[in-house]
Amino acid sequence: MRVGIVCPYTWNVPGGVQQHIRDLAEALIGFGHQVSVITPADDDERLPPYAVSAGRAVPVPYNGSVARLAFGFLSAGRVRRWINEGRFDVLHVHEPAAPSLGILACWAADGPIVGTFHASYEKSRVVSVTAPILQSALEKITGRIAVSEAARTTLVEHLGGDAVLIPNGVATERYAMAEPLDGWPGRGDGDQSRAGGGTLGFLGRMDEPRKGLQVLLRAFETLGRERPGLRLLIAGPGDADDAIAKVSPELRDRVMVLGMVSEEDKIRAYHSVDVFVAPNVGGESFGIVLAEAMSAGAPILASDIEAFDRVLLGGRAGALFPVGEHAALATAAGELLDDPARRKHLSAEARAAVRAYDWSAVARDVLRVYETVALGGSGVVESGVGA
Amino acid sequence: MFPDWIVDVLFWVAVLFLIGVYVSWRATRLDRLHVRVETARAALDAALVRRAAVSLELAASHLLDPATSLVLATAAHEARTADADNREFAESDLSRALRAVVDQPDFAATLEAKGDGQDVLEELGAAAAKVAYARRFYNDAVSAARIARRKLLIRVLPLAGRAPLPGFFEIDDDPPRL
Repeated sequence: MRVGIVCPYTWNVPGGVQQHIRDLAEALIGFGHQVSVITPADDDERLPPYAVSAGRAVPVPYNGSVARLAFGFLSAGRVRRWINEGRFDVLHVHEPAAPSLGILACWAADGPIVGTFHASYEKSRVVSVTAPILQSALEKITGRIAVSEAARTTLVEHLGGDAVLIPNGVATERYAMAEPLDGWPGRGDGDQSRAGGGTLGFLGRMDEPRKGLQVLLRAFETLGRERPGLRLLIAGPGDADDAIAKVSPELRDRVMVLGMVSEEDKIRAYHSVDVFVAPNVGGESFGIVLAEAMSAGAPILASDIEAFDRVLLGGRAGALFPVGEHAALATAAGELLDDPARRKHLSAEARAAVRAYDWSAVARDVLRVYETVALGGSGVVESGVGA
Repeated sequence: MFPDWIVDVLFWVAVLFLIGVYVSWRATRLDRLHVRVETARAALDAALVRRAAVSLELAASHLLDPATSLVLATAAHEARTADADNREFAESDLSRALRAVVDQPDFAATLEAKGDGQDVLEELGAAAAKVAYARRFYNDAVSAARIARRKLLIRVLPLAGRAPLPGFFEIDDDPPRL
């Protein structure tokens, strides 16, 4: 299949949309499809072989902040030529409501157009002056995708219409290998038992009760006393002192709070713990943190909320404990720490199970959307002037 | 230099021309929406046919026990042969039958252990997902077309031609969890 992907934001500026497009394009190319991405880029910017530049993005005030967007005759001309020469089977426009390449591509093309909506916001950005311009471009999109329930709600409420939900993938490979953090022994993947020692890990907002840190801290009160060498590694935004204050003074020196960590340190943290605990008490639809920990091969102990039960295949890819019960958490964690063979087994199962959420699985779903809209096979053609 | 009446005529010709351009643009947009509905409908029909075909293939594959095969084959046949009035009910029933079949304990693992079970499962998953996608896209196109048809200009001028007002397609299309 020949796929043309339109990226609205400058390629080399870090951002969720750009990362999404990069991962998707590379997964599609891995499947053997021909992919071309058009994106705003500075002339001396280095682009991957599948990307072409539509010219520089200009910082302009848009919706109360300064956004780097590509528009104007030059960009419009380049998009038109790219569509004409690409002879794509499907055109895939990202964030088509932004005044950038996406909307230019919608105007310049006829045929199967897929649009992916990333952003979610509370207040409508569509005002009566822009509505007709936006409408006539958006109504050319034949298949709409939203990357989250929030993005889908935004689309339904502010622009009308509906979309299918295809969430972002997890780049499982990025998490697979890393050195443990300095001063941490790393996973006891070997055969030494962690009886009396070992490390439990937690990652998430510390001051958000739904993430369940309070359950883990209560369990640590018993576990920490039973096992004098046991340590607890906590990462995530929130007030470190508040979290430490909930621990009995004699256990405090064994609780390490990292606070907000860089992406790299986060991956290293996953590789530093013997058991990764996800004590969430609800409100999770999927649990990206869990998927990351699984990609890193951390043995997992999670509460048995529905989302986790599903991701962990009912306990096959990670141990489960009754939600909110700190005593059960303590017992289960103790059993895992004493059983290196079980930990090793869970680690392997987790790595296998998380493949369902890998980018290749997301790309497969996106391909199904392409195949649905491209039926008939007329492909994407340049639109007549004034359409 | 020109008599006044020529200027007047030119003015009104220009106004009429601009109105004509605008109406033609609106007609083009409406026409494009109708084409989108038709294309989406064709894609939805194709996806439904495909799903029924894969279900029948699975039922006939000797991978399942006879009772499961019977449930699946009956539902797929009903969906294929239903008339326009019963189509939505029959397709919903096929969705439910597929979920009931796939929700059996260890269904996927059992099938994967048998020869070409993996391929059939893959196809079934793709076919069921495409029904959900195609239906969403069709209903999205229908709602856009219906909103456009309600606009004053479209109702006053016969811009919609004789194209019938498209209807939504409402079924239970939750795919089985493979």
